[in-house]
Amino acid sequence: MTLLEVNDLTVSFYTEEGVVTAVDDLSYRIESGETFGVVGESGAGKSVTALSLMRLIEEPGRIESGEILFRGEDILKMSESEVRSVRGNEIAMIFQDAQTALNPVYSVGEQISEAIRHHLGYDDDAARDRTVQLLDRVGIPDAESRYGDYPHEFSGGMQQRAVIAMALSCDPALLIADEPTTALDVTTEAKILDQIQDLADEFDTAVQLITHDLGVVAKICERVMVMYAGRPVEKASVEDLYYDPKHPYTVGLMSSIPRIGDERDRLQTIPGTMPDLVDVPPGCAFHPRCPYAEECCARKRPPLVDPETGDASTAADDRAAACLEYTGDLENGLDFEVTVEGEDPLVEEEQDAR
Amino acid sequence: MSLRRFILKRVLLVFPILLGVSIVTFSLVKLTPGNPVQVAIGLNPDMGPQEIARLKQRYGLTQPAWKQYLNWLGDIVLHGDFGSTYGARERAVSDIIANRLPETVVLGLFGWVFALAIAIPTGIYAAVRKDELGDHVSRFVALAGISLPNFWLGLMLILVFALVLNLFPVSAPRKPLWHPATLWYLLLPGITIGTASASNLMRIMRSSMAEEMNKEYVTAARAKGLPERTVVLKHVLRNSLISVTTVAAFLTAAIVSGSVVVEQVFGWPGLGRELIAAVRNRQVDLILGITLFTGVAIILANLLADILYAVLDPRIRYD
Ligand SMILES: Nc1ncnc2c1ncn2[C@@H]1O[C@H](COP(=O)(O)OP(=O)(O)OP(=O)(O)O)[C@@H](O)[C@H]1O
Ligand code: SF4
Ligand SMILES: [Mg+2]
Repeated sequence: MTLLEVNDLTVSFYTEEGVVTAVDDLSYRIESGETFGVVGESGAGKSVTALSLMRLIEEPGRIESGEILFRGEDILKMSESEVRSVRGNEIAMIFQDAQTALNPVYSVGEQISEAIRHHLGYDDDAARDRTVQLLDRVGIPDAESRYGDYPHEFSGGMQQRAVIAMALSCDPALLIADEPTTALDVTTEAKILDQIQDLADEFDTAVQLITHDLGVVAKICERVMVMYAGRPVEKASVEDLYYDPKHPYTVGLMSSIPRIGDERDRLQTIPGTMPDLVDVPPGCAFHPRCPYAEECCARKRPPLVDPETGDASTAADDRAAACLEYTGDLENGLDFEVTVEGEDPLVEEEQDAR
Repeated sequence: MSLRRFILKRVLLVFPILLGVSIVTFSLVKLTPGNPVQVAIGLNPDMGPQEIARLKQRYGLTQPAWKQYLNWLGDIVLHGDFGSTYGARERAVSDIIANRLPETVVLGLFGWVFALAIAIPTGIYAAVRKDELGDHVSRFVALAGISLPNFWLGLMLILVFALVLNLFPVSAPRKPLWHPATLWYLLLPGITIGTASASNLMRIMRSSMAEEMNKEYVTAARAKGLPERTVVLKHVLRNSLISVTTVAAFLTAAIVSGSVVVEQVFGWPGLGRELIAAVRNRQVDLILGITLFTGVAIILANLLADILYAVLDPRIRYD
């Protein structure tokens, strides 16, 4: 069953430097219980997309157009109180930086309980009990006595766990995890990702996992959307994305997945940086960095299409890419080859499962 | 460290500060020209050297300064004796302070409450409606409030409310301090004394509130589905009050010093008015006593602000 369907979402920020279109004509869907990955470099518009789902875009930002259908109902058309009953209750968010997402002057326990009291109508004691259980469930040792601790008394990893507990507090149907592990070291990162996955399975929660790490996506996602400069450039199942990527940007990201024994920094292999969104290059936004760019790439904006048929893609399609190759405009074509070297993250995952 | 230990530590710290304040007060007052002997000489230029020496002896002026200080402090600490005025009618300084202090405290507190009652709600309002009309209007009014000198504002209030509208008596003999009717008399001087502080506070409240509103914990609180009221009045307010308490002590100092002028303008029988009279008549002991009490008031305000700060901000107790 489709839980969330985003159609043609466009979000702009009216800054002093100009209008920044942080999310540009984005469509995707998430099924109940699945884990959906959103990948892209810093500034690609991943967090803005996430906040839009809860209608939390603030000045100077504005959701310009589109639909966000949650269980068939358009969040953008709801009244303020209807949206509030969705926020934290049916759609919850794990914020990118747990330290800043926690209010420094209230105890961690109180910050979780307040949502439980508000949405589930629990009294103080019941909300407290539930919070202690949640803290325990996400792996905070001695949860009962840590309830009254303030955020600064928690380590970075524990703050992140507390924020996860907060997001799970009212059994949401959709959990948006915005780079839930960037602030953490590798071991903690692995533990927390496992935990999110376990909890999502346990509560049958759909997850929109935002990251710029394709390795993480390979580990826990089923379908993926790759974003570049606010636009979707490729959508695929994890298998397709790894073994048969269709967009040059995806290929660039792939070759930058660190493998064991590889010392390169992530994303270093695509030369150049993402453009300033005030001044997005015309045509294909990726063309200044694309090794296959041709003259038409700077002129014509590639639509998101089915790479087999060239038909325009919709939120319902699972396989799509936005490159002029698939509209027949490219003369020389794309001549990358995909070879899997070293350890294959997907195979590794299957081994883990056994 | 627990909150209780933090408070205890801060309270103990008050004593050395008090000692410092007493030394500074004593030195400053002693360094200023004018003492009882000079006053006496001024009244009776024909006084002989013997007479002068006798007077100096009597007021302890023959001793070295440090000894004079210790005598003064010893009398205060051991006997509660702040010395006395001299002249035709000798009065104990401690009696004067005991009579006048409550007047000034009530006036100052009223000014404070007025300032808080105006500043906190308008500050919140201005921050929530940032850059809208209400924000601009309140900012303009606040700027005016800061710019008006106390004496001018006081005179204008008297002119408008007492003389033109006839709502208040112009410094008519007043009921005793604890009479309910005193509240009415308190209104004009209280507003005068509180206006500048209200304006300052409101601006600080607005800017710290507006700054806090941009923090991510606010978005996180909204993402929990809490009503905007709760987000602002629970999550944002407590954080913004932290920066307000840091300036509260400065504002107390402004109110205390403001009381000198305001009491004079409104004929309010407090310590401020007494101080002006004391300076005019070179009543050294009285000046010393009142200055010392002013210092104590400001120290206590600081202490209170520090404690409030720690209560509001759990991170503080660990420093
Ligand atoms: N409050 C804002 N004001 C102005 N511009 C904004 C604001 N928030 C986001 N943007 C713009 O939107 C773009 C996308 O931001 P977003 O936070 O979604 O990136 P992201 O993909 O989440 O990156 P990261 O991986 O660094 O978190 C940014 O480049 C920025 O220009
Ligand atoms: S459209 Fe052109 S520039 Fe864009 S990805 Fe395809 S080849 Fe590269
Ligand atoms: Mg982000």
